[in-house]
Amino acid sequence: MFEQLGDELQKKLRGWTASMVGSDMEARVQQIAHLENEFGVDPFGFDLKYALAAIAPFIWLYKHYFRVQTFNLDRVPAGRVLLVSNHSGQLPLDGAMIVVAMLTEANPPRAIRSMVEKWIQTLPYVSSFMARVGQIVGTPENCRRLLEAEEAILVFPEGVRGLGKAWPQRYRLQDFGLGFMRLALEARTPIVPVAVIGAEEQAPSLVNVKLLAKLLGFPYLPLTPTILPLPLPTRYRIYFGEPMLFTGRADDEDAELDKKVAQVKATIQSMIQTGLQERKHVFS
Amino acid sequence: MRPAVVVTGISGNLGRSLAKLLHKRERIIGIDRRPFPGKPKDIEMYQLDLRKRKAEDVFRRNDVQAVIHMGIMHDPRMNEEEHHSFNVVGTTRILEYCARYGVKKVIMLSSANVYGPSPDNSNFLTEDAPLMAASRFSEVRDLTEVDMLAYGFFWKHPDIQTVILRPVHIVGPNIKNAPSNYLRLKYPWVLAGFDPIVQLIHVDDTARAMIEALRPEAKGVYNVVGPGEVPLSAIFRELGRTVIPVPHLVARPLLELMFKYHLASFPPPELDHIQFLCAVDGSRWAKDLGWKPSYSMRETIRSVLDE
Repeated sequence: MFEQLGDELQKKLRGWTASMVGSDMEARVQQIAHLENEFGVDPFGFDLKYALAAIAPFIWLYKHYFRVQTFNLDRVPAGRVLLVSNHSGQLPLDGAMIVVAMLTEANPPRAIRSMVEKWIQTLPYVSSFMARVGQIVGTPENCRRLLEAEEAILVFPEGVRGLGKAWPQRYRLQDFGLGFMRLALEARTPIVPVAVIGAEEQAPSLVNVKLLAKLLGFPYLPLTPTILPLPLPTRYRIYFGEPMLFTGRADDEDAELDKKVAQVKATIQSMIQTGLQERKHVFS
Repeated sequence: MRPAVVVTGISGNLGRSLAKLLHKRERIIGIDRRPFPGKPKDIEMYQLDLRKRKAEDVFRRNDVQAVIHMGIMHDPRMNEEEHHSFNVVGTTRILEYCARYGVKKVIMLSSANVYGPSPDNSNFLTEDAPLMAASRFSEVRDLTEVDMLAYGFFWKHPDIQTVILRPVHIVGPNIKNAPSNYLRLKYPWVLAGFDPIVQLIHVDDTARAMIEALRPEAKGVYNVVGPGEVPLSAIFRELGRTVIPVPHLVARPLLELMFKYHLASFPPPELDHIQFLCAVDGSRWAKDLGWKPSYSMRETIRSVLDE
């Protein structure tokens, strides 16, 4: 994707980023820069300069295409935190929009990490792009390490089950994995529930072509009216809930963790319901 | 006679570098099949095969306080059986002699490659991560086996301090291993769209680490990391190389053919290392031994250019 962006192009994109968010942003973002070495990357492969260039088109999408509105973003506490969100839209633009929101609207800005599928690592260009902008393979070990470094992590406990779901299942949360709860308990990390409204309608999937997906080695393959899952200009609304702090043993039985996960899931579902009621139209 | 430190594989680049750092402090006995040109005078040298009886005589006749075992061979062109026998039988013998002749400290050179590159890997593998290299890459089977032999020895002989070091890719002037050779290519292949984070360590830093492991604080398995991590593309930028991006689906079969007909010296599974992550967490070593590499990242990268 953007792997071998020429220096000139990178500079132009950074200029575009600055023009959209104000030139003081680079200075603000520098304050939160991670431990970079002489080559400008942190140990996880995050490259701030590259990220500020690569994020430009996503900021444009954020401001002018999806016209994202955020609600209660200030509820995200400083220090280690898990942002737990619903996942939808065939392409993980909901993740990108949360990342842009935290970078451009939070004060101080936060470069959040999201945990991506292992499958991503096998894709050319996508894998290197993801690493440079700070996204990391979702292993428990990686997550633990980042929380200990007081970072903010975005997780989608539905994973591809949520992302690739078809139109009739819209805004219905799919099964949640338990992994995020174990990590939250282990690292005593607050969970901020997040509801994204609008991503569901960006690329309605009529059917998930499972057989073809399997042949291609993809986790899912949507068939949308536009054939490719091109996003429509729906309006995004991102709701941030009150931080939830759980206590208990991280190695508890699944049934015990299930109860806690169900609380998070119910909170997100009710935030989705509220968001849908408040919304007047999909595109405005 | 002073107690001695036996160093196997002393004639290699790493062995010679280690010998030069250590010979003023300790009495060194070197064992290697290869000659050691330019050997410091105070080093006793036995040019022999570890699997031979004569190697045992070295232990029988001397008071050996420690063994630094680096007599491991990596040559993708070598006959597989001979390769395996040299590495695995050689290591088994050395460990036997250590137990039999009351050696107090055994330091084994392993490699961070034993974890194996994989799309499933965490960004920083700790010492307890499974050794998966052999599943994709049978050429490093020896390496994994040697590491596990040493690990078994560590548990079986609690009275002997066994240290297993798993350094990241070793590079340096004149080093002829796969990573150094790769970085020396004028027009290196890269896999289009893949740019994994890579860790390198200078050969002299590796030698220093092996010597540090003689200290009593060192015990057990350690990942040893050099000056940190950089994307592969940054390394080539630093070296001023023109890279040739090859689609990964084409690269593998192509390299297989080229390797078969001796047009390339890199065995095809090595491609995993430039496609996926195999980076390790060296914090245990850094904490226990107060370890700091002496070469910066830039110096480490550029060291492959020196003669």
